[in-house]
Amino acid sequence: MVTPNIHNEIVKAESKNLDFYYADGTKALKDVSLPVYENKITALIGPSGCGKSTFLRSFNRMHDLYPGNRYDGQIILHPDDTNILDDKVDPIEVRMRISMVFQKPNPFPKSIYENVAYGLRVRGESNPRTLDDKVEEALKGASLWNEVKDRLQDLAFNLSGGQQQRLCIARALATEPEIMLFDEPTSALDPIATVNIEELMSGLKEKLSILIVTHNMQQAARISDYTAYMYLGELIEHDETNKIFTNPSKKETEDYITGKFG
Amino acid sequence: MAKKQIKSGNVTDLNEIRLLIKKHKKNDLIFAATGMFVIASLTITLIILFLDLVIDGYPRFTLDFFSNFPSRRALRAGILSAWVGSSLVLLVTFFVAVPLGIAAGIYLEEYAKKNWISDLIEINVSNLAGVPSIIYGLLALGLFVYSFGLGSSILTAGLTLALLMLPIVIVSTRESIRAIPVHIREAAFAVGATKWQVVLHHVLQYSYGGILTGVIIGMARAIGETAPVITIGALTFIAFLPPSPVTVSPPFLNLDWLQAAFTVLPIQMFNWISRPQHAFHVNAAATGAVIILLTALMNGFAIRLRYKIRKKIKW
Repeated sequence: MVTPNIHNEIVKAESKNLDFYYADGTKALKDVSLPVYENKITALIGPSGCGKSTFLRSFNRMHDLYPGNRYDGQIILHPDDTNILDDKVDPIEVRMRISMVFQKPNPFPKSIYENVAYGLRVRGESNPRTLDDKVEEALKGASLWNEVKDRLQDLAFNLSGGQQQRLCIARALATEPEIMLFDEPTSALDPIATVNIEELMSGLKEKLSILIVTHNMQQAARISDYTAYMYLGELIEHDETNKIFTNPSKKETEDYITGKFG
Repeated sequence: MAKKQIKSGNVTDLNEIRLLIKKHKKNDLIFAATGMFVIASLTITLIILFLDLVIDGYPRFTLDFFSNFPSRRALRAGILSAWVGSSLVLLVTFFVAVPLGIAAGIYLEEYAKKNWISDLIEINVSNLAGVPSIIYGLLALGLFVYSFGLGSSILTAGLTLALLMLPIVIVSTRESIRAIPVHIREAAFAVGATKWQVVLHHVLQYSYGGILTGVIIGMARAIGETAPVITIGALTFIAFLPPSPVTVSPPFLNLDWLQAAFTVLPIQMFNWISRPQHAFHVNAAATGAVIILLTALMNGFAIRLRYKIRKKIKW
């Protein structure tokens, strides 16, 4: 089912009136309703503690790893219209469809090959030829293949920070996810590695939908198609990136963008 | 270009700063010296003790000493039954305590809900590590020897020492698991792994160095334990070996040894030292040196192993 929307895009997923409570009772998200469009990059911006990471991590049920956290509301994944926050939906199933790249490159202390193959192994894939093919494809997709093809059995932590992050992208890519989540993927990287990753993301959206949290407003402006500004757990404004950065409708957004605040 | 000293309003008083640094560095020196002194006195004590045993027992460091049974004549007496007994008891201990301890550690760390029951278990486990070993001996006497009717056998001793070693394995397992960073764990979950897959493919793989260290240190402790083994009635004079665990004909494994009477190294030493004749004291000293050497070797191996495994893992 394709939900109509003002931007004339295909909606891949959408949060509906999402509230989120941490175990200590803190309400981190307040009534957030936001679409993630297919084959587009949606960026979440806002000051520290505004709930953008919390929102992102709801999309693959990362909060379920820690007891006491509670969601209220829905995140509907299309085209099957599954509410991925439903108690009846297994978080593992959600994570198999929606993969994630973290802030700090976090490769496993295993070989480069095993890092990329891990998601496939978890899915029961054990045919060496299939694994080889998919690992190669994922590494190519993450623009890392040429740098590592001769040393796939090397330990991943021997790579540079930027390469490690691209390895993590390859790992998330290998399982052919429908949506990829990026949680400030370049904040631990140098400018050149950052440019690499940004170019990579722009290419990736051909195949999937991307939701990215970034602290860096220039980054949001450079790579995203849509931008959402969050503040204190609320969604303040969501629109085309151009519009948000040139002519935001809300005063708060403008203040944040222009640096008067945050 | 000539360097010019730019004078401005806030020129640092170098002398004052140097004096301050000197004062602070004095504390470094005091702490380092104290630490050095404490460590040196401990190490020297152990070395003197060990050398004393070696010098006393020197005449008995012969092959015969390791291949002879105990005897009424001190010069013909050896520790064959004792070291074989110690090895077999440790074998039982290892196969009981290691799987149980690791499983318990994993369960407590990965699966158990954190509430007052898990707190209670945690306190209990830590407590068990500090319980005097004679208490384990008494427990084993009541439970394994009488209730289960296992007798004063190698099996009983192995189980008893396993109880003693269990908390050490559990605690070291939990510590090693806790050392795995959250972001590695999240990475595994994020690709869709189940809890068991995370445990099997990641948690165990990254923590086995620490776990093994705990296991070896626990074994090194078990090898020197005397009190619980005396309590369950280990004999002090054994002039035979238990049936061999391995046989030449099928099924190649023989479990009769589990029920055999036995003695262990520290008991053999205890037995000899309580004799009036000096010649037996020489035997006791030699046995003591063997025990300390074994313990040191095991601990050294544990440290080496941990170092090698840690080199392969970086976060």
